[in-house]
Amino acid sequence: MNELKIDTRHLQQLENEAIFVMREIAAQFERPALLFSGGKDSIVLVHLAKKAFWPGRIPFPLLHIDTGHNFQETLDYRDDLAKKTGCELIVAKVQDSIDKGRCVEEKGVNASRNKLQTVTLLDAIEDLKLDAAIGGGRRDEEKARAKERFFSHRDEFGQWDPKNQRPELWNIFNGRKNMGEHFRVFPISNWTELDVWQYIMQEKIEMPSLYYTHRRKVFNRDGNWLAWAPFMQLKETEEVVELDVRCRTIGDITCTGVTLSTADNLVDIVTEIAASRITERGGRADDKRSEAAMEDRKKEGYF
Amino acid sequence: MPSWLTKKNMENTKPEIGLLRFTTAGSVDDGKSTLIGRLLYDSKSIFEDQLDSITETSKRRGNEDVDLSLLTDGLRAEREQGITIDVAYRYFSTPNRKFIIADTPGHIQYTRNMVTGASTADVAVILVDARNGVIEQTIRHTFIASLLNLKHIIFCVNKMDLVGFKDERFNEIKTEIEKLSAQVGAKSTHIIPISAKFGDNVVDKSENLSWFKGDTLLHLLETIRIADDYSDKCVRFPVQYVIRPNNDKFHDYRGYAGRISGGKIYPGDLVTILPSMLVSRIKSIDVFENSLEVAKSGDSVTIVLEDDIDVSRGNMIVPSDNLPEVTKDINVMICWFNEKPMMLRGKYILRHSASEVKCMIMAVNNKVNINSLEEVSDDKDVKMNDIANISIKTTAPVFVDNYKKNPVSGSLILVDEATNETVAAGRNDYFINSFLQTLICGDCIFIK
Repeated sequence: MNELKIDTRHLQQLENEAIFVMREIAAQFERPALLFSGGKDSIVLVHLAKKAFWPGRIPFPLLHIDTGHNFQETLDYRDDLAKKTGCELIVAKVQDSIDKGRCVEEKGVNASRNKLQTVTLLDAIEDLKLDAAIGGGRRDEEKARAKERFFSHRDEFGQWDPKNQRPELWNIFNGRKNMGEHFRVFPISNWTELDVWQYIMQEKIEMPSLYYTHRRKVFNRDGNWLAWAPFMQLKETEEVVELDVRCRTIGDITCTGVTLSTADNLVDIVTEIAASRITERGGRADDKRSEAAMEDRKKEGYF
Repeated sequence: MPSWLTKKNMENTKPEIGLLRFTTAGSVDDGKSTLIGRLLYDSKSIFEDQLDSITETSKRRGNEDVDLSLLTDGLRAEREQGITIDVAYRYFSTPNRKFIIADTPGHIQYTRNMVTGASTADVAVILVDARNGVIEQTIRHTFIASLLNLKHIIFCVNKMDLVGFKDERFNEIKTEIEKLSAQVGAKSTHIIPISAKFGDNVVDKSENLSWFKGDTLLHLLETIRIADDYSDKCVRFPVQYVIRPNNDKFHDYRGYAGRISGGKIYPGDLVTILPSMLVSRIKSIDVFENSLEVAKSGDSVTIVLEDDIDVSRGNMIVPSDNLPEVTKDINVMICWFNEKPMMLRGKYILRHSASEVKCMIMAVNNKVNINSLEEVSDDKDVKMNDIANISIKTTAPVFVDNYKKNPVSGSLILVDEATNETVAAGRNDYFINSFLQTLICGDCIFIK
């Protein structure tokens, strides 16, 4: 049954656009870095960067904002990828920000370090004097992201002003800025989740095992399955069970939902996503905090 | 099975698969959000959790129906005011095509956002309220779509249910639209009667509008031809970045990375480098580990030349038998974006393809009232959302084509030196004067 005919012409167009953006980043900025989370979107970004600068090396480092609550598979994959691409890997730890008193750990059962990452990210951007941070954000993910530019300007506090964004015409990107300001750049803005997976399949990109079905200890919270880890607090009614699951997005363990799935290959994943009736962020606890949760986090400087 | 999926239809239309970018213009009152909601909903592109979330919000606000505009209005300020302020991008696909919608606001104070959304679109979908016919807003949207030279404009005469689905009313409006299209020189127009609220002619063919023999909106979007029809000759390759690996395997490799526009290139082509005017041949066209036999408009590639000559970012590689205009004086039609009005004799940074030069605004030649298409003769101040023809002098030569010949080498933006903000977008136009003349000579009797 593993026959899946997909038309790849739109992928070709999306790839051309993303490569164009990658090259603009390298040309317009002095100190860009690629924000690598270990998730599928940032894996695709690295692949696109490889293609954009071939036979040269990717001309910027990978920056991982490490919450300390990672899946081990993510870290292994990250280290391996850095080695293969020859990119410098910079890891900025949320734990360090907490130790320095830059931010305070959240409390309660829903505690997550997801929001704390913003502090670590902004500190890293300042310390490393980055003028552009390349992210895998996509406009189809979330309604505040639907408003995002390819070249998104951040003021000296790292903040996004959604009501006063620079107009972006044709493919002319304006990356001019003053000292201390920076840009977030999103080369795969126009990709959907399905495009990303079709592209991974077409390009035969090796993926972390978390995206394929595996047996894992999970528990159900408010209708979503969450991966269980020793540092997670359970409510009284919650029970840890072992099920066949896979991740649709990968982030901090504390807020990454998993889906019940037996998909063990890319064809099955693409088929599953094409038929899905729930968005990938439907399982992300961080987006459920309020209607404008993403917009508020983005304004502060989140990814 | 939808009625348009008949065997005959299938044979007649060979869908051109790939990506179609379209922009929608109109205010909430025109039913634009409802139309987008309808397209997303009927093509099964709204997910359950999204629908749950907007259903709950609608209920909380005391709305009877699910307010589909909540899907597209992504910012808190937009939801508070119930209007679209900034361009939002939405995605959906059918088995035949993938679509990117740039959903743009319709109010006059957001003309600049409309221009932004339309700049990357192939097609504009303009909504017309069947009760009101062509109004100021329709004229403005049509004008902007034709300024940006979009390949097609689809007019949806919406709310046909409120005029009893009558073909007489549709035909009246159709006549008005045809007149307007001719006046602005729109390339290819299509007019469809619809009811977004009830879904007539959006995805499925309407029984209420059985007198209409044309396509439904979705079918038209799926099959409309958008392939570039540029001649092979007007190829432009702005050099974005120079790739020099400096490793053992590719020690002498020197590739020019960029994106082709306006035609095809082949290895062996005789090319001229601007501004140096040096001539060489294309040795290879590389994409990752492959070398191509041909590359076409839109492709991001790396070009290697036969000769070792000096080429850097901002230079342009063009066919030697078809050079763009190399000039320091250009005439452009601009839309002003910034709250700070344009300064005559003011200095700005001009960004054009991969190059950046300083420039000065020399003169305002014409200003157009975009609601009536009349020339504004007594007012030459260019303020936010204004559209005007201006003359610019640059400090270094730019390589430009007429926007209609090649939109990449024919477009530019102006950046404020002090704030770094993008203050204007412009298209290079040789025959702007005669174009304006047509606009001004035509009778402007559309406003009711």
